[in-house]
Amino acid sequence: MSGTSMTAPYLDPKHVREGLSRRKLLDQVFVIVGLIVMLACLAILAVLFIDLVIDGSERFSWDFFTNFASRRAERAGILAAWVGTSLIMIVTALCAVPVGVAAAIYLEEYAPKNWFTAIIEINVTNLAGVPSIVYGLLALGLFVYQFNLGQSIAAAGLTLALLILPIVIVATREAIRAVPNAIREAAYGLGATRWEVTKDHVLPYSTGGILTGMILGLSRAIGETAPIITIGALSFIAFLPESPFKSEFPFISFGWLDDPFTAMPIQMFNWVSRPDPAFQANAAAAGAILLGMTLLMNGVAIWIRYRFRKKINW
Amino acid sequence: MLDSSTLARAQSAGQSREEQPLANEQSTSAVADDEARAAGPRISISVDETRKSRTLKVKAAVENLNFYYGQHRALKNLSIPIADKQVTALIGPSGCGKSTFLRCFNRMHDLQPGTRYEGSITLYPDNLNLVGPGIDPIEVRMRIGMVFQKPNPFPKSIFENVAYGLRLRGVRNRATLAEEVEKALRGAALWDEVKDRLQDSALALSGGQMQRLCIARALATKPEILLFDEPTSALDPIATAKIEELISTLRDQVTVLIVTHNMQQAARVSDYTAFMYLGEIIEFDEAAKIFTNPSKKATEDYITGRYG
Ligand SMILES: Nc1ncnc2c1ncn2[C@@H]1O[C@H](COP(=O)(O)OP(=O)(O)O)[C@@H](O)[C@H]1O
Ligand SMILES: [Mg+2]
Repeated sequence: MSGTSMTAPYLDPKHVREGLSRRKLLDQVFVIVGLIVMLACLAILAVLFIDLVIDGSERFSWDFFTNFASRRAERAGILAAWVGTSLIMIVTALCAVPVGVAAAIYLEEYAPKNWFTAIIEINVTNLAGVPSIVYGLLALGLFVYQFNLGQSIAAAGLTLALLILPIVIVATREAIRAVPNAIREAAYGLGATRWEVTKDHVLPYSTGGILTGMILGLSRAIGETAPIITIGALSFIAFLPESPFKSEFPFISFGWLDDPFTAMPIQMFNWVSRPDPAFQANAAAAGAILLGMTLLMNGVAIWIRYRFRKKINW
Repeated sequence: MLDSSTLARAQSAGQSREEQPLANEQSTSAVADDEARAAGPRISISVDETRKSRTLKVKAAVENLNFYYGQHRALKNLSIPIADKQVTALIGPSGCGKSTFLRCFNRMHDLQPGTRYEGSITLYPDNLNLVGPGIDPIEVRMRIGMVFQKPNPFPKSIFENVAYGLRLRGVRNRATLAEEVEKALRGAALWDEVKDRLQDSALALSGGQMQRLCIARALATKPEILLFDEPTSALDPIATAKIEELISTLRDQVTVLIVTHNMQQAARVSDYTAFMYLGEIIEFDEAAKIFTNPSKKATEDYITGRYG
């Protein structure tokens, strides 16, 4: 007992030391738990990927990429699927990115802060949580029948664009918000208009975040199956869409937008549901490739973010 | 003591001259008119201890300025003259409205909804009311530069930072840009330090260099008034001394209005000083007078440190 001491008992050095070691132990426990959880996630992903690669190993060959679907498993390939997926992704990116970025700029830089924009904001966030099949139904009614786009690449691209629009908007807004207000004030102070501030400063400084959001959105879209089944992707296609490149003027064409299509996840789904077990290898191989594409896109997103972080740190 | 009455007298003198019978020829009358306007109001300053005074032109006259953030009246009936090519300092305790007052001059408040100005800030020799409803805030900002509390260079090259204001004004010619950028950097006493790395990122500079870059950025657009909002509060003493020295030399080219909570700084750099308290100007006078012999008790309490 430290009867003579005037200090409060919780300031007693012995008490402080004991408390500290207990707090440090908790710190350690959290590190270990966090590490285990993270490793478990990585392990599951790795097992999934390796399993797909092993199951599909007999199909990995150049022919697999250059063959159309076939009734015979060993001759079936993913040509129509990866071409379809690539073209759809182009349409998706070209629609979702400009619209999403413009919407985000409007909400962050232009819109007055009132109840109306608050409702818009809440709705944009909620849209990200709408099940993808609902987008499929909307697209079926709107794009396929109302706009008469039919079961085309254009309809699929627009559908997926709609799906990832909230992701692009949210990511862009975060990126724009990370630009310090002091920078905007500096530009306004020199006599810039709102548009000049946006195009000369806000957009260039948030490009990293915007590109990251775009790629994360696309890597979500690339694996989406439900909405494009809903709008009627074909699962057996033995021809390619019209080529976007022409040998004579004007060298590009948009005929492919109207063409029917298939896509990677559709092709996979088709193979998985075949009774013949030989097709399971095709499905696994296609799955590994699709997963690889997604991981690659995420990798690119991380790299872009890293590059821009290094260039601009406030 | 100097106050708005000095200003009013000077103004009425200017007016009576304008009311003189017009000359026969249109052109001469226009010239006379211009001269009268260019003369504008005047303000006097003592040039030495014997208080021999000389009169100076007024660059801007603040008259009955009120400013509101929504319902909150942050500035109350401010009236002071801002002398041409002199340094005027605004001092006062935190939250008294110094920044708010300063930001009226370049209409920075217009970026925030719900703000409102009353009264006038007349810019001479144009007789332009900076806070009037008829004038575009962007035009005001193109004529009145500002340097902020924290250095805020753009994450671009040193050159592009200084050139940006000129680019906004439509300057495209490379030679002109290079020439003006150099002039501005020299004016901000930064040229020798950065002349070999104009293409490097401005973010690689030290805090003091960044702030001088921001001064160069503002100077490049040849502002009529340059506003400083506590420009050294984020800097170390050596960088601060450099900026203070720079501000003292700037008075040759531009009218300076500086907010500072550092009284020594105000005493060192300013020719005129206004002491603000709770949104009002308690006292406005020559800096020498304010810091040696203030006429108001509140001013004295503040400068002697009896008030925060
Ligand atoms: N953006 C703003 N919106 C509403 N009130 C503000 C805003 N900025 C400042 N004020 C208020 O105006 C008063 C003056 O603030 P300010 O001009 O920043 O003081 P100073 O620069 O002298 O420290 C303070 O009471 C402050 O709370
Ligand atoms: Mg302030």
